[in-house]
Amino acid sequence: MKLSVNLGKLKLGNPVIAASGTFGYGEEYSEFIDIGRLGAVTVKGLSLRPKDGNPPPRIVETPAGMLNAVGLQNIGIDSFIKNKLPFLRRFRTRVIVNFFGDSISEYAEAAVRLSSAKGIHALEMNISCPNKQAGWSIFGTDPRVTFRVVSAVRRATGMPLIVKLSPNVTDIALMAKAAEDAGADAVSLINTLTAMAIDINTQRPKLANVTGGLSGPAIRPVAVRMVWECHKKVNIPVIGMGGIMSAEDAIEFMLAGATAVAVGTANFVNPRAALDILEGIKSFMSARGIRSPGELTGAVKLDVA
Amino acid sequence: MSRLFEASVKDNRRLAENHYLLTFHPLKKIRRPEPGNFFMLSTGNGLDPLLKRPFSIHRRTGSDIRILYRVAGRGTDILSRKRPGDVLQIIGPLGNSFPVGRSRKNIILVAGGVGIAPVFALAEGLIASLKKPVLFYGAKTGSGLLCIEELNSIGIETHICTDSGDTGRKGPVTAILREFIQGNPSVSEDCCIYACGPEPMLRSLSALAAEYGLRGYAALEQNMACGIGACLGCIVNTTGGYKRVCREGPVFPMNEILW
Ligand SMILES: Cc1cc2nc3c(=O)[nH]c(=O)nc-3n(C[C@H](O)[C@H](O)[C@H](O)COP(=O)(O)OP(=O)(O)OC[C@H]3O[C@@H](n4cnc5c(N)ncnc54)[C@H](O)[C@@H]3O)c2cc1C
Ligand SMILES: Cc1cc2nc3c(=O)[nH]c(=O)nc-3n(C[C@H](O)[C@H](O)[C@H](O)COP(=O)(O)O)c2cc1C
Ligand code: FES
Repeated sequence: MKLSVNLGKLKLGNPVIAASGTFGYGEEYSEFIDIGRLGAVTVKGLSLRPKDGNPPPRIVETPAGMLNAVGLQNIGIDSFIKNKLPFLRRFRTRVIVNFFGDSISEYAEAAVRLSSAKGIHALEMNISCPNKQAGWSIFGTDPRVTFRVVSAVRRATGMPLIVKLSPNVTDIALMAKAAEDAGADAVSLINTLTAMAIDINTQRPKLANVTGGLSGPAIRPVAVRMVWECHKKVNIPVIGMGGIMSAEDAIEFMLAGATAVAVGTANFVNPRAALDILEGIKSFMSARGIRSPGELTGAVKLDVA
Repeated sequence: MSRLFEASVKDNRRLAENHYLLTFHPLKKIRRPEPGNFFMLSTGNGLDPLLKRPFSIHRRTGSDIRILYRVAGRGTDILSRKRPGDVLQIIGPLGNSFPVGRSRKNIILVAGGVGIAPVFALAEGLIASLKKPVLFYGAKTGSGLLCIEELNSIGIETHICTDSGDTGRKGPVTAILREFIQGNPSVSEDCCIYACGPEPMLRSLSALAAEYGLRGYAALEQNMACGIGACLGCIVNTTGGYKRVCREGPVFPMNEILW
């Protein structure tokens, strides 16, 4: 049985990835699991300059999920390279660096800065953040803007480039196509769904930021549908995520079209979740005589039985 | 020694309305928890509630751990229905602990409501090392005053007050403490306060401590997802910027917290 998968030029030892923002910079989890056994670790989203993020409360639980409004708090690219990357280099896992910017030129500059660091295997650009030049909108909701920002990053780096798509759109496959046309090596989805919760006693939003991003099992069926739509539309690999708690959930994403899967909120519930899921995928494959994860990708049967 | 473990419930008893004492037995050897440390406990078995919930160490008896908790919502409600033999998934001990290393002559403990849980753990430890702390303990009503017998049994000087006045003095714990400090001016020399309770109590306690130039530490609460420092969900604003309650805390110097 072979477990490795290819995401364009990026080769992973197995299809299980830790999702950005849920795995810190890897250190916290190394006490609980051998992070070297993961296909890849995606680090918390980075920007050129450090960001403080939003005031508390930042998280609140909702039915089978959670809202977060961390606000992209991060230590900044330079501090990451100097203080966090050396730790990650010790493991054989692939390191995917998630990053974002306030403007197209910031995205490009961030990509240049990250491309010169040793020990980063791929870049994942988060386009679910506000486009300061265009007021309230985010880079990931207009396919023309998506195309422009991805093209700029594509010119800035030769590294494998993953575009992380926002689900807060009418047609996510259009965004995937725009990313592919602009030269992305893969797309990953879904990021969190914009959501809100109100305390009926105080009549105030439960998050200081008013709205936050919904993640966890509550979003899984939406995510599976979106992965399926993107898989049909583009020829580049799709990384699927959104509420994966078990190997069964991960396999569902693969059947919908995911080449690899990312585990997010589940890490909070069980710090061993990502490795448990990898073990479960292996058992499923060997029980069914599946020789490679690729046999599962997009294998959903749509004909009437 | 991994801090991820399973434990079986030994006992889960109701102490007062909405308040319970849970004793669990770790199914493997765990790190020794210090007062101020906390554990993340699973409540349900399925996907809702999803996240683990944080609870302070209240007491340690042999290898068993006790948690004192208030039913605040769905997770704690489900927890209150656990029966002996039920298995919990736990991460811990987590976070920092009350810094008692540099010993002070006058130790003042302040607890509000279920905030007594970690404060009791600290009191027990201090008394075991032959210190003589004084405890100020407040609750809404007398029925919300927990573990009074346990406090008596460790023999700590305790000043009790309630908002309703049905038990002890009437009024907030900070008002009682202010009178105490005014009546005993010498306590402010070489003094340290350790506190846990509702945020308004901790806020006025910080102001009181600042007024008298007393140093102190408060154990804070914040909604948590991971408990181990990864999600950045549990921050508190301090003079040194945002800090994670689960990692740099839950115990912070009171004068560093920006309320
Ligand atoms: C480090 C730490 C130690 C704690 N120790 C104890 C303890 O020893 N005993 C005890 O009874 N409680 C303790 N708490 C608080 C306890 O974790 C919450 O009451 C519990 O998570 C509520 O879960 P729930 O599902 O019942 O409520 P939910 O349905 O999640 O929420 C009900 C209400 O409780 C509030 N709440 C939720 N989580 C927290 C939280 N973490 N802190 C404060 N309020 C919260 C919500 O805002 C809401 O108003 C501690 C919290 C922290 C962070
Ligand atoms: C607390 C938290 C922080 C996150 N931070 C980021 C981030 O910095 N960049 C990013 O692209 N996605 C971020 N995400 C989104 C996740 O990577 C993932 O796309 C999403 O949570 C859905 O997967 P899940 O349901 O398995 O968590 C974050 C999610 C959570 C819960
Ligand atoms: S609870 Fe996740 S960082 Fe503190």
